[in-house]
Amino acid sequence: MNATDLLFAKRLVLINAAVPGILLGWDAWHHQLGANPVNFAILTTGMLALVFLLLTLLVTPLRTLSGWNWIIFSRRTLGLYAFFYATLHFLIFFSLDRGFSVSGTLTEMVKRRYLFVGIIGLLVMVPLAVTSTNAMIKRLGGKRWRALHRLAYVAAIAGVVHYYMQVKKDVRLPLTFAAVLAVLLGYRLLVWLRRPPVAAPGQ
Amino acid sequence: MNEPDKNSDPEVTEPAVYFNRRQFLQTGILAASAVATGAIYHRLNHPAAGVTQTAPLAGLITTPTPSLAATNADNGFHVAEAETSFEDITHYNNFYEFSTDKEGVAAAAARFDTKGWQVSVEGLVRNPRVFSLADLLAISPPEERIYRMRCVEAWSMVIPWAGYSLSKLLDTVQPLDSARYVAFESLLDPQRMPGQRGDVLNWPYVEGLRLDEAMHPLTLLASGIYGRALPPQDGAPLRLVVPWKYGFKGIKSIVKIKLVADQPRTTWNDAAPNEYGFYASVNPQVDHPRWSQATEQRIGESGRRPTLMFNGYAAQVGHLYTGLDLRENY
Repeated sequence: MNATDLLFAKRLVLINAAVPGILLGWDAWHHQLGANPVNFAILTTGMLALVFLLLTLLVTPLRTLSGWNWIIFSRRTLGLYAFFYATLHFLIFFSLDRGFSVSGTLTEMVKRRYLFVGIIGLLVMVPLAVTSTNAMIKRLGGKRWRALHRLAYVAAIAGVVHYYMQVKKDVRLPLTFAAVLAVLLGYRLLVWLRRPPVAAPGQ
Repeated sequence: MNEPDKNSDPEVTEPAVYFNRRQFLQTGILAASAVATGAIYHRLNHPAAGVTQTAPLAGLITTPTPSLAATNADNGFHVAEAETSFEDITHYNNFYEFSTDKEGVAAAAARFDTKGWQVSVEGLVRNPRVFSLADLLAISPPEERIYRMRCVEAWSMVIPWAGYSLSKLLDTVQPLDSARYVAFESLLDPQRMPGQRGDVLNWPYVEGLRLDEAMHPLTLLASGIYGRALPPQDGAPLRLVVPWKYGFKGIKSIVKIKLVADQPRTTWNDAAPNEYGFYASVNPQVDHPRWSQATEQRIGESGRRPTLMFNGYAAQVGHLYTGLDLRENY
C-alpha cells in the first residue's frame, strides 16, 4: 500500500463515519425524526457510539488474522468517532431531555444505574481521546500508551451494559452487541493466554 | 544515450492524465461509498412513515351542547390541551403483538384483518354473551373523549378517542354480586400477529381492573380515533382506555371480558413484577425503578412537562384509592 492509497483509505473512513451523523442532523433540521425526535436522536447517537466502539475493537484482530497491517490506520479515526457520537449522545440527553439542568442530570445519573454505567463509559473515553495524537503516543511511550488504551474495553463493556439495562423488555439487540463484544474480547483473551513465555531475567 | 522516452510511447498514459483519472476515480468511490453508507443508515434507522386510513364512524357525538361543555370539563371527558396529530398517534406506540419497535408497529399491523370479530363477555354475570362487533358497538353511540395518554416510558399524547363507557356494556350483562374484578384478554393469533411468534411477553396479553375502576365513567371502550375507526396499530377493532393509568393498562384488540372474584393476572406484572404493578396509576412521585416518572415528553412539544397525579384526573378518580398506599400498590 503506497502513500496515496493510504491517504485515500483514510479519507474513505473519515467521510463514511461522518455520514450517519450528518444525516441525523439533516433529518432533524427537516423534522424527519418521527414523533419523538429527542428520543430518536438519543437512541441513534448511542447506537452509533456502540457500533464505532465495536469497529474500533475489530481492527486489531482483523489485522492480525488477515495480515493487512495497513488497516491499523483506521483504529484512531474509528475510536475518535465512537467518542464523538457518545459525547453527542450525552449532550442531547443533557440539553434536550434534561433541559440543561446540571443538578437534574447529576441526580438522575446517581439514581439510575444505567445512566451511571453510561457516564462511566463516556468518561473513560476522555483520556483515550486526549492521548490519541502521535505526540502523546511518543510522550507516553508505546507500552504505557497501549496499557492506557485498554480502557477502550471498559468503555465498550460499559456501553453495552448501559444499553441492555435501559431496554424495557426486548433485549435481542443489546444481546447481539454483547455477543459481538464477547467475541472481540474473547479473541484478545485467547491471544493473551497463548502468549510466548517471557524469559527469566539474568539468563 | 539513445533511450526512447517512455512518455512518448503512445501505449503508456501520460502521468498527468493517469493521476487525474485516478483522482477522478477515487472521488467517485468516495462519493458512492458515502451514498451507500447513507442508504444503509436510513434503511436500518428510520422513523415510521406512511398514511393510515380507516372508515369514518357513523353517528359520532362530537360537540357537547353548551350546558354539557361545562359538565364535560368537570368529568374529564374533554381535556383542554392541544391534540396530538393523527400521524403521530398512529405511528408511535407500543403494540408488542406486532413489533417491539414503536415506530414499526404501523407497518407491521397494516394488513391486520378484523372481519368476523367477536367479543365474549362472560364469568360472574347474569347474561353472558358472545357479541359480534356490530352488536357490541350498537349498545351505545360513540362519543368523542379527549384524554391525556401517559405511557409508562414517560412520553405522552392527547388523543381524541371515540367510544362509550365500559360501564354501559357491563350494565348490559349485569355483573353478579360476587364479581369484584374485570379481566380482559387480547386476540391470540400468531398468524395475524407476528410479534406473538416470539416469547417477549406471555401471550395472549391480559389486563385487569377492579370492578369500581371498570365502572368509572372515564373508563372507555374505544372503537375509534379522530372520528374514524381504530387503525390496526392502535388496537382495532376494540380497545380499553383508562386515562388515569399508564398506557399498558389499555389492552388492545379485545376478544374476552370476564368478570371474576379475584384479582386477575396482568401481562406486564407477570413480566416484571417490581416494575409494573396491577394498579399502574400515573403517579409522578413513584418512579419506575429504572427511570423517573416526574416529567414526560409530550409528543409534538419540545421540552418536558411535569407529570400530573392520576394523569390530571385526580378530581375524578382520587376517591377510588383513599386509604390505599400508592407506593406499595404502584
